[in-house]
Amino acid sequence: MKEIKIDVVVVGGGSAGLAAAAEAARRGHSVAIIEREVQLGGILNQCIHNGFGLHYFKEELTGPEYAERFVDIVGGLPAIRVHSDSAVIAGEDSGDRKRIYAISPKEGVMRFNARAVVLAMGCRERNRGNIGIPGTRPSGIFTAGLAQRLVNIDGYVPGRNVVIVGSGDIGLIMARRMSWVGATVHAVVEIQPYPSGLTRNIAQCLNDFRIPLYLSHVVAAIHGKDRVEGVTIAPIIDQHPAMEQAKRIDCDTLLLSVGLVPDNEVANKFKVEINPETNGAYVDARLMTSCRGLFACGNVLHVHDLVDFVTEEATRCAGFVCDYIEGEGKEERQYKVMPGKNVKYVLPNMYAPERENRFYLRPMIVKNDVHLTVTLDGEQVYSRRLPHVQPSEMMSFTIGPKQLVKADHDRANVLEVGVE
Amino acid sequence: MQHYDVAVIGAGVTGAAIARRLSAYRLSVALLERECDVSFGVSKANSGIIHAGFHHGPQTLKARLEVRGNVMYDALQRELHFPFKRCGILVAAFSIEEMKTVERLYEQGVANGVIGIEMCSRARILALEPKLNPDVVGGLHAPSGGIIEPYRFVFSLVESAKKNGVELLTEFDVVEAHRDGAVYTIRSSSGSEIAADWVVNAAGLYADKVSRIFGAEDYEITPRKGEEFLMERDAKGYTSRVVFPVPTPNSKGMLVIPTVEGTTMVGPTAVEGDDKEDKATTAENFERVFYSARRLVPTVSERDIITSFAGLRPTLPGDDFYIELSKIAPSFVHVAGIQSPGLTASPAVAEYVKDLLKRAGLVLIEKPEYDPNIPELKRLRSLPMEEVDELITQDPAYGEIVCRCETVSEAEIKAAIKQGHTTLDGIKFYTRAGMGRCQGGFCTYKVLKILSRETGMSWEEITRRGGGSYITKEHIGDLPVKSLPGRVE
Repeated sequence: MKEIKIDVVVVGGGSAGLAAAAEAARRGHSVAIIEREVQLGGILNQCIHNGFGLHYFKEELTGPEYAERFVDIVGGLPAIRVHSDSAVIAGEDSGDRKRIYAISPKEGVMRFNARAVVLAMGCRERNRGNIGIPGTRPSGIFTAGLAQRLVNIDGYVPGRNVVIVGSGDIGLIMARRMSWVGATVHAVVEIQPYPSGLTRNIAQCLNDFRIPLYLSHVVAAIHGKDRVEGVTIAPIIDQHPAMEQAKRIDCDTLLLSVGLVPDNEVANKFKVEINPETNGAYVDARLMTSCRGLFACGNVLHVHDLVDFVTEEATRCAGFVCDYIEGEGKEERQYKVMPGKNVKYVLPNMYAPERENRFYLRPMIVKNDVHLTVTLDGEQVYSRRLPHVQPSEMMSFTIGPKQLVKADHDRANVLEVGVE
Repeated sequence: MQHYDVAVIGAGVTGAAIARRLSAYRLSVALLERECDVSFGVSKANSGIIHAGFHHGPQTLKARLEVRGNVMYDALQRELHFPFKRCGILVAAFSIEEMKTVERLYEQGVANGVIGIEMCSRARILALEPKLNPDVVGGLHAPSGGIIEPYRFVFSLVESAKKNGVELLTEFDVVEAHRDGAVYTIRSSSGSEIAADWVVNAAGLYADKVSRIFGAEDYEITPRKGEEFLMERDAKGYTSRVVFPVPTPNSKGMLVIPTVEGTTMVGPTAVEGDDKEDKATTAENFERVFYSARRLVPTVSERDIITSFAGLRPTLPGDDFYIELSKIAPSFVHVAGIQSPGLTASPAVAEYVKDLLKRAGLVLIEKPEYDPNIPELKRLRSLPMEEVDELITQDPAYGEIVCRCETVSEAEIKAAIKQGHTTLDGIKFYTRAGMGRCQGGFCTYKVLKILSRETGMSWEEITRRGGGSYITKEHIGDLPVKSLPGRVE
C-alpha cells in the first residue's frame, strides 16, 4: 500500500475539482486529484454542445473545451499530482489528518494522508425507481446522461423513437441530440406546469425542432416486454393523473431527465451531515462540512445549472481550504442562514459577518418582478428587484460587513433569505 | 441427438437444486432453460427469505420440506459461497386477536420442528428490533430464519452442477415431446432436440404446459403477482431481521426484508392474475405496500426507493407443493406449484425428488469424483484493504471499479462472463453491478464495453436479458447519410 502525504486531496477531477485544485496549488499547497475516469474533465467531456463559459470566460465554449482550459491550467501547476483511473473506496477521519483510500489498476491501494479534503464528486441522475413510473421493465429506458454518454462518446444510438420524461437540461439537450442523429422525439413530458430546464434550452432544443412539450403531464405506464414499445401519458388534474384523458405514444426508447442528486458516496464515508433540501452536505460559511477539514463544492454540494458557477464556487472553496490549512479564519464568527419565503434552499448554511459572503439560492416559484429580501433577525438588511425567477434558474448575491454590521455577539443573528 | 438419463426442465432454484443433486451420481443430466440465462424466471424476483418453517401446518409437504431445507443452508454455503445470513425472522402482532394467531404459528412451528422459535412480549420484540412500530403488542421470533441472494444461489447451484457434468441448455423452450419405447424425444421452439429416459418437470409458471406436452396430468398453474420495492443501502430506519405481519388465510402479508447485501426490500403484494408474462408494476400497489410496511416499521420511507419490480408465484389450487411421479406419463416427475417457501425448501425438494426417482427405478450410483465445492470468487466490496492491494497486484482488473454504487470491479464482471452470464441482467445478478442506487446510470456503458471485448459481441448484439431486449440500436458511423432536421426559421 502506497502512503501519499499531501496538503489537499481533491476527490473528483471534473469542473469543481479542477478549479479547486488549481486554486489550492496557486496558493502554494500540494494537491492530489483523485479521478475515477482515465481522463480529467468529468461530465463536461460528454457535453459536446456549446453554451459553457459565457459567464466565466465571456465566450461560448463546448463542454470539452471548457474542461480543457482547466486541464491545461492543472497541467501547468507542478504542485498538483493527478491520480486518474483511481476510485476512492474508504475514508477515515483522524482529527488533523484525513485518510482517503483509493485504488487503481496500476497503483493498487493508495492511502492519502491529507490536511484537508475537497469533495468534488458531482452528482448522479435520478432514475425510474426514484420517481416510481409503473409498468413493465423492458430494455430501452435510459437516464438522459447515460444516453448522452452512449451517443457522444461511445457513438451508439439507443433507439429511433424517443419519449423524454422530465424537462431537465440534459433531457432537453438530448432531445436535440437524438433529432440530430435521425431519431424522432415524440414528446417531452413534464410533471410541473413549467419547464425544469433553462429557458434557452426550451427554445433551442425543443421549439427549433418542433418537439412537443407536455407540461403538467406524467408517464403513467411503460409498455413492452423485451424492449420499450410505448408509454401512456396522462395530464395531471387535481394532483392526480387523469387516466380518462390518457393517451398512448409508441416509442422504443424512454429517456429520463428527472433531476440530479449530489453523489454522496464519499461524504457518507465521513458521516457528513446531509441537508435534505439539497441532498448535499450542510456547510458553514467556509463551505466546510460537519466533518472538520472536509469541504464540499460544485454539484456534490448542490446541483448547479451552469458550470460557470461551479467553477466560481470551487475556486472560492479552495480559498477557504487554504485559509484553514494556513491557520487563518479559525476564529471567524459564524451565524445561521435560513431559507425564507418561497426559497427551497440557500447556501452556505452559515455566514461570516466580518467579510463578503456569496450566497446561492433556488426559488420555489415562477414569477415576474419579484424582490429578493434578506433579513437579519427579522430586520431587512438587503433587497434587490429581479425581473423574473423560476426554480430552474439558480440565483446568487453577495453581501458583506456593510449589510451585516448589526450581527453582534448578543443576538441570534439569523439571516433569512426570501423571494416574493 | 444427445441422449441423457435425466432431463430437468427449468433452471430456476428448484430445477438447479435437483440437477446438482443428481450430479453426484453416475448419470448424464441435461438442465433445460427457456430463458437465455438461469434463474431468469420465477427465482429472479424471489424475496430471498430462508423461512424458519412456522407458516404452514405439519400435515403439508411444504412444511416438511421447508424445515428440512432450512437446516441445509449452512453446509451449502460452505460449498457454494452464496451470500446467506441467519438474521432471524419476526412476526409482529398489533392486537390481542393477532396474538392468538401468533400463538397458533408458534405451536405450528414447534410441531414442525423449528429450532429456537420463541414467543415475544412487547418489551422483548422491541428490544430485538427497536425500529418496530411502538404499537406492537408482541409477536414471534424465529432465529433460524435467514436471508439469501436467490439468483446467486441458483448461479452457484448451476455452476456446481455443471462442474459435476450436468449440461445446461439455455434458450431451450420445450414445445414438443414424444415417447418412443423407453425414451422421450424433447424438442425446443428453435428445433433442437434431445433424448432423455427420465424427465423432471420444474418449469415453474409453465409446469402445466410442460405436463400437457408430455401427456401427463392436466392442471393449471395460476400466476400470483408480487410487487416489491428495493431501498437504499445507507438508509436508516430499517430493521436487521425480516419482519412479517400476522398472516391472513391468503397471504403471509407484506413485509420488511433486510437483504443479505445491506439494502432493504418492502413487499410483496399477492394478486392473482391470468397472464404469466405480466410483470408490470402499478401505482395502486405502491400505496398498499408502503401503508402496510409503515404499519410494521414507521420509518420506512418512499424517499429511499431505488427500484421496484414484480415477480410471479406459480400457484396450484390447494397451495401445497405437487411433487409426484406422473400416473399417466411414465418416468415423468412433477415438481409443480413451487411457490413460497420454494426457495427455502429447494435443497430438500432436490433430496425428495432424488428419492422419488430412485424408488421409481432410476439407478443411482455415487460418483467418487463428485466435488460439491466450487471456488469462491473474491469480491472487492467485502475484502480488507491489505487483501485488496495484494489482489490488484495479482490481477489489475480488481483495481478497476465498474460499479461505484456497489463497489464491483472489472475482475468480477469478467468472472460473470466466464460463467456464461452474457446479458446485462445476468451480469447484474451475478456481480450486483447496476443494482445500486444509480441503477446502471454510471456503469452500463462500462459493462457493455467489457462484454463486447470479452465475448466479441457487438454492442448492438448485447441484450438486457435475451430476446428483443437490445440496448443500442446502431453505431453513429452506420447511420444513413441524409439531411438531418435543421433549425426551423
